[in-house]
Amino acid sequence: MFKKENDLAQQFLNGKISRRELIKRFGALGLTASSAGVLMNMHASQALAADFDWKKHSGKTVKLLLNKHPYVDAMLANIDNFKALTGMEVEYDIFPEDVYFDKVTAALSSGSSEYDAFMTGAYMTWTYGPAGWIEDLNPWINDPEKTNPNYNWDDMLEGVRASCAWNGQPGGALGSDDAKQWCIPWGYEQNNLAYNAEMLDAAGVAVPTNMDELVSAAAALTNDGVYGIGVRGSRSWATIHPGFLSGYANYGQKDLTLTDGKLSAAMNTDVSKGFHQQWVTMIQNSGAKDWATHTWYQVGTDLGAGKSAMIYDADILGYFMNGGDNAMAGKLAYAPFAANPDADAPTPNIWIWSLAMSKFSKDKDAAWNFMQWASGPEHGLFGATKMDFVNPVRKSVWADDMFRERLSSTYPGYVEMHDISAPGAKIHFTPQPLFFDLTTEWAASMQKMVANEVPVDEGLDQLAESVNKQLEEAGLG
Amino acid sequence: MLSLPALLICIGILVPFVTAIYYSLQRYRLSQPWAREMNWGQNYLNFMTDPGFWNTLSVSMQYAFYTVALELLLGLGIALLLQRRTRTNNFISIMLLMPLMTAPALAALMWKLMTNPGFGVLSYLLTLVGIEDFRWGSAPGSAMFTVVLVDIWVYTPFIMILLLAGLRSLPKQPFEAAALDGVPRFQQFYRITLPMLTPYILTATLFRLLESIQQFDIIYAMTQGGPGDRLTVFQVEAYLNYFQSTNVGRSAALLMILWAITFFISNIFIKNWLRLRERARGEI
Repeated sequence: MFKKENDLAQQFLNGKISRRELIKRFGALGLTASSAGVLMNMHASQALAADFDWKKHSGKTVKLLLNKHPYVDAMLANIDNFKALTGMEVEYDIFPEDVYFDKVTAALSSGSSEYDAFMTGAYMTWTYGPAGWIEDLNPWINDPEKTNPNYNWDDMLEGVRASCAWNGQPGGALGSDDAKQWCIPWGYEQNNLAYNAEMLDAAGVAVPTNMDELVSAAAALTNDGVYGIGVRGSRSWATIHPGFLSGYANYGQKDLTLTDGKLSAAMNTDVSKGFHQQWVTMIQNSGAKDWATHTWYQVGTDLGAGKSAMIYDADILGYFMNGGDNAMAGKLAYAPFAANPDADAPTPNIWIWSLAMSKFSKDKDAAWNFMQWASGPEHGLFGATKMDFVNPVRKSVWADDMFRERLSSTYPGYVEMHDISAPGAKIHFTPQPLFFDLTTEWAASMQKMVANEVPVDEGLDQLAESVNKQLEEAGLG
Repeated sequence: MLSLPALLICIGILVPFVTAIYYSLQRYRLSQPWAREMNWGQNYLNFMTDPGFWNTLSVSMQYAFYTVALELLLGLGIALLLQRRTRTNNFISIMLLMPLMTAPALAALMWKLMTNPGFGVLSYLLTLVGIEDFRWGSAPGSAMFTVVLVDIWVYTPFIMILLLAGLRSLPKQPFEAAALDGVPRFQQFYRITLPMLTPYILTATLFRLLESIQQFDIIYAMTQGGPGDRLTVFQVEAYLNYFQSTNVGRSAALLMILWAITFFISNIFIKNWLRLRERARGEI
């Protein structure tokens, strides 16, 4: 390797020149983007190795349980650097999402030591943590012997990091001082608005900025071949957590309240009933006809195929549908969305793909070696700039000029949407062991409301009564 | 020596079964390990006052009844049409077995596409006959119809092939005698074919009923038990209770009730089947 190129890479890693400057100078030296990438990764690995004994677990193998996802693709594209850095081997099993969490539950509940670390969502750790299946990662994060000095835990977006930490007390605040860090954020999704700019322009509809406008815009965009708004509707907790809870939280509404250590249902307040009514009406008038079976997959693909004009769902669905061979690629745009006209900013509920460590792992320090590399700033930047690792969870990656420019050039409004929403982005549910029971029942109630089987106010009163009964039976209410 | 494999098989079957009974007698939720305790029959007693359980029981029974009754009628009809041994009939009967070779979950996904209200071919065909906006599995009023339709598509060939084998194995003499006496075909069917075919019908019904009451793949793949609680049959409810809610105790109790129902039904069918066999041998 030439000395000039090496010096440049070193200067960048030492923070003496910006990334933009680095790329410009690489270009002046005639270095192609891919060669520059290889050089940078090599230097990044060397820089990491300089400050920390990455080779401590050389020769060991960690085994991962992974969900089929672009985050995994990004990790595998960079895995050789990890192997070179640590001398470790990585084995993995990858499952599609339909069966992934069943596999995780089966592996963990049987006490199997097959997997050292695995992908999870933060909600799942509300089961795995209390069940004693996963490790609190604070002892590793806070141990300078085990965590490299460049890891920079504080670089993680605060709301995302806190959402992965819970003290195990039903109703306990996420990210509290006594919270256990059940998992490490890897990549995350905000729930915001993605829309087909061409369709909105053609219909002369402005991008909605609150719930009233969203309902009107969705109705105006609905015609014979297109429905106005895509949201999830299947009988699952996943119907409640994206756009619905993001809007709901924006009105200051809660799923549950904690009083004197007892949880009780809070979804039948007047404000909640008003929001539910708007949501139900919106789906009835402008949602997919088969809304009741829509998962994230149908919501995303319908937007990509031009069957829906807008979605209020995971922002990365809009991201992925704006590329590839999707019919609407290049026509999608993004906007932050605060449902409540009186709210200062959006409050997106979030989904976080995270990494957790199995309690049954036979070599936890080695597993942590992998986890800190995979969730570290270097891999985060690699994934975000070279692969489709959106949304990154680190502030430093979001501050990277190249990354922002890349997004802004092909995903109009995406960066601004993220910047505006990020301060309010967190998990807005109350952490407690009945999370999946109660949210699935909430979704089933919503299906009945949309099908006009029960009026909204009556349905919510029935739901609250049932939730309170279940909380009481479980000793939580 | 011969009893050793039998013993091992018995243990292989009994260990999970006894474990399920044990779990069903516990308050056992994986997310609340500290609250785990024996509550003996409390999970079962809770069902008595749980509208969700009665809905599950009702939905499971309805599903089993509709699917088995319709598949039996269709299977018998097709078998009668294909009864004569000709090349064409043999070819058709083989072709009709194709759905049976499709995994039910895959069949469900295929039907989910065909019944998509936006672009599904079946939705399109309905519009040609003036039925607009039919929402198939997404609407409470048509969800049961939709999953029953898929079940019929997958499993009718199973009944058809069993009954066809039965029809082709029936002795010819009674039919020849009836024909000589000028007994109409309709009477022949009710007086001779149907009684002689009853053991086959009972066997096919039993197999299908046991499978139908334990249905999971088609319903879960198409609607996840929805809309609302419209299709929360036993297996779907037990699956969600275990894998999603991690409520092991309730899940196990649900499955034990399902086992009791299938055991009860099997007993009735087998007793009737034995009685018919004895009657056929002239023993009663």
